[in-house]
Amino acid sequence: MKKMSVKELEKQSLELRKKVIRMIYKAQSGHPGGSLSAADMVTALYFREMKIDPSNPHWEDRDRFVLSKGHVCPIQYASLATLGYFDEGVLETLRQEGSMLQGHPDMKKCPGIDISTGSLGQGLACGVGMAIAGKKDRKDYRVFVMVGDGECQEGEIWEAAQTAHKYELDNLIVFVDNNNLQLDGITDEVMPNIHLGKKFEAFGFDMYEIDGHNMKEITDTLDRIRMTKDGKPKCIFANTIKGKGVSYMENECGWHGVAPNEEQYTQAIRELDEQIAAL
Amino acid sequence: MSEMKKATRDGFGEEIVKLGKKDNNIYVVDVDIGKSCKTGAFRKELPDQYLNVGIAEQNAAGVAAGLATCGKIPFVVTYAVFGSMRMCEMIRQEICYPKLNVKIACSHGGVTPANDGASHQSIEDMGVLRTIPNMTVIMPADYASAKKLVEKAAEFEGPVYLRFTRDAIPMIYEEDVELEIGKAHKIQEGKDVAVIANGDTVCIAMEAAKELERQGISVKLLDMHTIKPLDREAVLECIRDTGKIITVEDHNILNGLGSAVCEVAAEAGNAVVRRIGVQDQFGQSAPYHRLLEMNGITAENIVNTAKELMKN
Repeated sequence: MKKMSVKELEKQSLELRKKVIRMIYKAQSGHPGGSLSAADMVTALYFREMKIDPSNPHWEDRDRFVLSKGHVCPIQYASLATLGYFDEGVLETLRQEGSMLQGHPDMKKCPGIDISTGSLGQGLACGVGMAIAGKKDRKDYRVFVMVGDGECQEGEIWEAAQTAHKYELDNLIVFVDNNNLQLDGITDEVMPNIHLGKKFEAFGFDMYEIDGHNMKEITDTLDRIRMTKDGKPKCIFANTIKGKGVSYMENECGWHGVAPNEEQYTQAIRELDEQIAAL
Repeated sequence: MSEMKKATRDGFGEEIVKLGKKDNNIYVVDVDIGKSCKTGAFRKELPDQYLNVGIAEQNAAGVAAGLATCGKIPFVVTYAVFGSMRMCEMIRQEICYPKLNVKIACSHGGVTPANDGASHQSIEDMGVLRTIPNMTVIMPADYASAKKLVEKAAEFEGPVYLRFTRDAIPMIYEEDVELEIGKAHKIQEGKDVAVIANGDTVCIAMEAAKELERQGISVKLLDMHTIKPLDREAVLECIRDTGKIITVEDHNILNGLGSAVCEVAAEAGNAVVRRIGVQDQFGQSAPYHRLLEMNGITAENIVNTAKELMKN
């Protein structure tokens, strides 16, 4: 697969956002806000950075992706469907009985999911285990983990971070989706994180602070990281906007886990189409 | 039963080295109590298959899950109280729900960490883990059966919880004892009363059976090393053959072996069950045998209970 340009990735992320909105609208259930804040990074990973084969989801040498903030799986499902892991029509079954697209990612049901997640704080430790296995087996795959800023209030994240440092996991890249909102309100009010990037740095990670919606910055950072084999795990501390791309959802805590109605759905799709046209 | 005693954690420590040498996918994940859980030899002889993630049990469960997705067979090694409850939700979410091939191998089961007191005595663990789908829950009765069941757990595809004793307990079985996960091991046949025990209480039940036989009461005795999946057929056989069952366990009488047997018996009807075990109370620092006595986990109590059942 030819690598996408920044512009193509920008377009792809908007297309994925449309799919996310449609899935959640159809299901009348799901988490749009965090899906949209993570969208650009997830796009860069699936459509440019990761070494994966949609026709062989269990390929041993593939890069792994752990969506530790599992509730934003609509953005992952949209990516997997677009890449051909399963039929795009399946996206219409999100959260429906019998669907492979569970409310939170299920590795046994959905091809392309490397680990089941959904209970916050647990994905990073799983990613650490995968990265250790890669080192032990002398494989060159890498493990990408996405955590939310609210999620980092869980202690297990920091237990896992210690382990990543101890085992010199430079094959582990953690994205922090720093959208500063969580279910009950502004993250800095619910439980101030101070500066998560600096916390990861203090735990022995190389830290890169970026604008998580600037595709060029995302891909440049991933390029730099690919070249850095220094025995240190990586943290991409990405400042993002919850609900990014849909005006009425942006920075609105209320859109954490609520589905749009018909009017809101139509407006969201129109806004995203306008952004695609403006590219 | 031999006069010799050995802790079942020693059986684990020896067997896991043997298994690790045979299969380099077998890993040990320690949480800083490896010395106490007998992984020292594994650490020394198989350093490439050994991890120590520090005092961080929740993380250990997640790391093990990640390893398992890459084809490893990790044994997370800790104390029963932490390996069941500190890690509980991680076991549920990342190990049992995706049915990953992770083993949780725990020393210090039941009241065997006697002097450590209530914080370290694990009386709820098997019950807690028994309620999680996809989990298998095992407590071997002695050193030889610990080795055998560790081997079987390694061969078995899926999550397994193994519980060992801190203290030395009598050696019951020969080294070549044949045991199957999910299959009760019949120690002796009998027609008056059935005693179903597991773990460190099996030797106590054997002592009681001997005394009962001396008094003319015929005892059917089972070692129910696996409480989940429970060998229902073996329990039904006890009901058919005797109609009177006594369960014995070094675990709270709520939710452990006794409860599991009662579930089968209640559905089947036609049986009376008496549960002997920890009386839904926390322990204290005290000698191991005293803690058993405080809860009535004694041969004498089993004998008296059997005699009372025979009167009815």
